[in-house]
Amino acid sequence: MKRHPYAVRLGVIALLLIVWEVLARRFGNPLFVAPPSATLAATAALLNDPAVVQALLAALGEIAVAFAIAVAAGVLIALPLGLSSFWRGAMLPLILGLYAIPQVTVLPLFVRIFGLGPPTKIAFGVTHGIFVVILTVVAAVRTVDPILLRAAASLGATRRQVIFDIVLPSLVPSLFTGMRLAMSGVLLGVLLAELYVSTTGIGFFTQAFTNAFAPAKLFGLILLLAAIAIALNEAMRVAERRLGRWRENTA
Amino acid sequence: MQIACIAVVFGGWQIGSTTGALDPLILPPLSAIAVQLGAVLRAGSAWAAAGVTLAELALAFALAAAAGLLAGFAISRSAFVVRVFDPLIAGLYAVPTILLFPLYLLFFGIGPPSKIALGTTMAFFPIVLSTIAGFSQVKRVHIAAAQSMGASAPQLFWHVLVPDAFPVVIAGLRMGLVLGFLAILGGETITSNAGLGHEIVTMAESLEPAKMFAYIVVAVALASVLNALTSYVEMRGRRHESA
Repeated sequence: MKRHPYAVRLGVIALLLIVWEVLARRFGNPLFVAPPSATLAATAALLNDPAVVQALLAALGEIAVAFAIAVAAGVLIALPLGLSSFWRGAMLPLILGLYAIPQVTVLPLFVRIFGLGPPTKIAFGVTHGIFVVILTVVAAVRTVDPILLRAAASLGATRRQVIFDIVLPSLVPSLFTGMRLAMSGVLLGVLLAELYVSTTGIGFFTQAFTNAFAPAKLFGLILLLAAIAIALNEAMRVAERRLGRWRENTA
Repeated sequence: MQIACIAVVFGGWQIGSTTGALDPLILPPLSAIAVQLGAVLRAGSAWAAAGVTLAELALAFALAAAAGLLAGFAISRSAFVVRVFDPLIAGLYAVPTILLFPLYLLFFGIGPPSKIALGTTMAFFPIVLSTIAGFSQVKRVHIAAAQSMGASAPQLFWHVLVPDAFPVVIAGLRMGLVLGFLAILGGETITSNAGLGHEIVTMAESLEPAKMFAYIVVAVALASVLNALTSYVEMRGRRHESA
């Protein structure tokens, strides 16, 4: 019989779940650990709790808004930097310098400026997502096929035509790569801010479940957030593979 | 030109916050930050906080490196095992590690152990993935050549496998160290009782923005030093490998 890595992988996952279940039931302190069966039951219960569902939906909305802003603003900032060596020379080192700062250190500042609600989480998501968009798009603009640019120039294209008919279309593949990286950044930013602010949203529930020694609920909430993160990342990967490849198909 | 840009930003900051155009509670004057930076460095509180954070990082990195290198090497020994585990580990890596922090708080409390656990988890993934990648890309020709010349197992390991895998593995170790540092700072910011992240939050909450920025400067400086140090080690390692 041929061994399939896929089947064995499922087997490994099943084995881990069984070990976790048995260990948690036998030796686990129920104040701190919950077996997978209890976690699953708690997850279902959480989905019936309107307050938790509302917090999850709010986080999802923050992620969507932050992602849209990060991508749109990132492209708008990146275009002049990619097209003009003057602006690139002036601004890119500054942007790289900002990017090198561990952003989590300024999280309290975001809360001070934007308050405890969604604006802080959206803003922190944007700052975690925007840099990769800027950097990938700047790199992409600089690597636009020079033959195309020269052809356009010799055919008398205006600057506007060059940007809309050559630069933007040839950006598409890298834009999808930038979007995939931006999504994981935005997820990190929004989740960091959500966990940091413990008076509302996700952070309120993680702290409440921890203080109440309700591990099944805590595991369940984290499971739901992990599922959201995996689904969004996976969607970006599929989009990159499907839509970001048009150039190779037509070339 | 870059200097002009930076000068404009910092100049605007200093003038804006001294004249009150910028809220000094959000962006205090640079001069005030410099004074506070001097104060926390002299008083030793910055060194103490940085010491806590670095000790957490050292332990987390040691644990992650040991676990990641061992697991990665063991998995890389069979192409089939790589195909079983590599997608599994890469899939887990796609989950934002910070989500585990509430669990670690429950398990280990608000002190340093929960940050060490978070840093270890964060650093483990790039290390194990690059170890798998590094050791599975060793050229078969090199192995066959060494074996045909009668190399013993330890000789094969130290003189063929390790040098071939080294550049990839060291890149993973470097990434693990940097990501581990960020994760620990993040954990300290969210909930903690010591360390740089803790000081930054405490100063922010007690409306001492200049002191908060002083600690941020310390954290950023530490991050830059770690970055420079590890790229130097990586570069030297690569040169050694190609020599």
